Amino acid sequence: MRGEADTRCRPWPRRAVDAPAWEAAAERLAEGQGTLLALWGEVGGVHMAVLDEAAAPGIEVLSLACPDGRFPSVGRVHAPAIRPERAMRDLFGLEPVGLPDPRPWLDHGRWGVAAPLSATPSARAAPDAAPAYPVLPVEGEDLHEVPVGPVHAGIIEPGHFRFTCDGETVVRLEERLGYVHKGIEERMRGADLDRAARLAARTSGDSTVAYGIAFARAAEAALGVAPPPRAVWLRALMAELERLANHLGDVGAICNDASFALMHAHCGILRERVLRAAMTCFGHRLMMDRVVPGGVACNLDAAGAAALRALVAEIAARFPRLADLYDRTASLLDRTVGTGIVRPDLARRFGAGGHVGRASGRAFDSRRALGGYPPYDALRFEVPVLEEGDVNARVWIRIREIEQSLALIGQILDRLPDGPVRVPLSPAAGEACEGLALAESFRGEVLVWLRLDAEGRVARCHLRDPSWFQWPLLEAAIEDNIIADFPLCNKSFNCSYSGHDL
Amino acid sequence: MPMRKTFLEGLLHRPLTDPPPALDDPELAELGRKLDAAARRRLGRSLAIREVDAGSCNGCELEIHALNNAFHDLERFGLRFVASPRHADVLLVTGPVTRNMREALERTWRATPDPKWVVAVGDCALDGGLFAGGYACVGGVSAVVPVDLHIRGCPPMPAQLLKGLLTLLAPP
Ligand code: SF4
Repeated sequence: MRGEADTRCRPWPRRAVDAPAWEAAAERLAEGQGTLLALWGEVGGVHMAVLDEAAAPGIEVLSLACPDGRFPSVGRVHAPAIRPERAMRDLFGLEPVGLPDPRPWLDHGRWGVAAPLSATPSARAAPDAAPAYPVLPVEGEDLHEVPVGPVHAGIIEPGHFRFTCDGETVVRLEERLGYVHKGIEERMRGADLDRAARLAARTSGDSTVAYGIAFARAAEAALGVAPPPRAVWLRALMAELERLANHLGDVGAICNDASFALMHAHCGILRERVLRAAMTCFGHRLMMDRVVPGGVACNLDAAGAAALRALVAEIAARFPRLADLYDRTASLLDRTVGTGIVRPDLARRFGAGGHVGRASGRAFDSRRALGGYPPYDALRFEVPVLEEGDVNARVWIRIREIEQSLALIGQILDRLPDGPVRVPLSPAAGEACEGLALAESFRGEVLVWLRLDAEGRVARCHLRDPSWFQWPLLEAAIEDNIIADFPLCNKSFNCSYSGHDL
Repeated sequence: MPMRKTFLEGLLHRPLTDPPPALDDPELAELGRKLDAAARRRLGRSLAIREVDAGSCNGCELEIHALNNAFHDLERFGLRFVASPRHADVLLVTGPVTRNMREALERTWRATPDPKWVVAVGDCALDGGLFAGGYACVGGVSAVVPVDLHIRGCPPMPAQLLKGLLTLLAPP
């Protein structure tokens, strides 16, 4: 790990600390001072990014060297750190001393290797039968367990849910994830920027534009390169289209899980229109690989702009009636109102972003926070916030964000600057450099931290999906609800399995 | 009120459904000819599909979902998604097959009654794609279960997915 006072991490500094300072930082998080943004390891050290909007510079990265492979657990005092620390141990063999949950997380005992990202991965037989994973014990006379997954009944990603129920009421949900762990951070090592950007874009396909932006911004920050203004605006245009498509899909899918298929059908039509417009304008329905370090790999002509204006007009004409339909269908509201509540204090403690946080009173939106990133600092939009924290609130946050994205697309089309869309990056800066960036995906902020070596190849890249700090809240949200409402709750969160499992 | 209006509009407007795709892809046609004729007779013109995500980035799932929307309307072809592999004729598998999903994929395949077809969807499912070569992926569905048809793309568009699935139904 690089040593002391390495402040070349841009735009936010990274500071080497000793163990007592590391523990003090953990204590501050536990007391509710600041928010844990990310916690990740590398060979010989650990890093923690902390958000404190009240104190300049807003985000700080603390680094602790641990040559003996051990570090004081943050999860010992601050629960949101537990899963990231379990993952660090699985991947790097780093030992979080005092970690309350010693079970592996991403490592299911199937890789044929232990600590694959450490300096000395050790070969291990990959057992054919699943090694036992002890779920948390539950005691009580009338309780029964319902295991679900990893393969689910619908077209969704794999994960295992263990419900403990008293009659129909869920008294505990325990998640087990990691099934779609692809080893992305290992595949990143040594990759050139092009290849690394393509990997980042496939961390969670539904957020491919957001990952593209976060990765590109981290690389550009590291190299001290500014993308051309037109590229920055085109990125935001694609990001808002992505948000629109996902929110439309989610509103429909949530209603569908309450057996209200009509909304699903109509939202599905609008979603498809967004994807078709993206295809027309940018040559890919999900806009994958369109954001690249240095700019964008596409442009928008007059016909494309006209197609997007028509799209916005159509959705603006049709969607309000669908929102109205949602709001007036008592049988639907009966399922969503008061279901799956996330308490605001929990959302704040976990630093939950996106609709999960904003439906529970946490207003953070990386497009706006800390001054925002361009071009959002020059755009007018609102960040909707509600306090109720139930499925209904998460639906309404999406409805409001759909309206905001439509308005943003209009503003961007009105003001899209002319000029080039890409600058060449000359990565051979001759020395290692680091960058950190946030980008707001439809589900919350994606964080990318990147270190490039002297040849401009990726030395280490950490990708943190917003789902890391949302998945644990789903366990809390379903408590005391009936098990039949789980699909509804789960859909209203819509966490990414792939983005989490990496 | 909004419900009535929405229904009425649905009745009065032309359907949005796209015309069926032309099965003019020589590569797919070739694959179609190779499919087991006996299985084709047994399974007939209606197929039940079970989707299995074996490590996808979820991009492929988004486009598979789109097959159900009003534009692509998969069910008009006699194709439908089912909830259990025990009800399925076809497994639609995505992803580079992570080592953590390998057993679940094998067990899903074994739970699917014969005759059955496996369709591998996306560049990852073909050979692991960008994720191939690491410690965490097996790399390609055919390394784990026999594959009858590959549909390429990252992700394949719904029209390409439809074309691929329709070759399973087309007469040899
Ligand atoms: S083929 Fe592409 S879209 Fe499909 S799972 Fe792989 S990376 Fe994702």
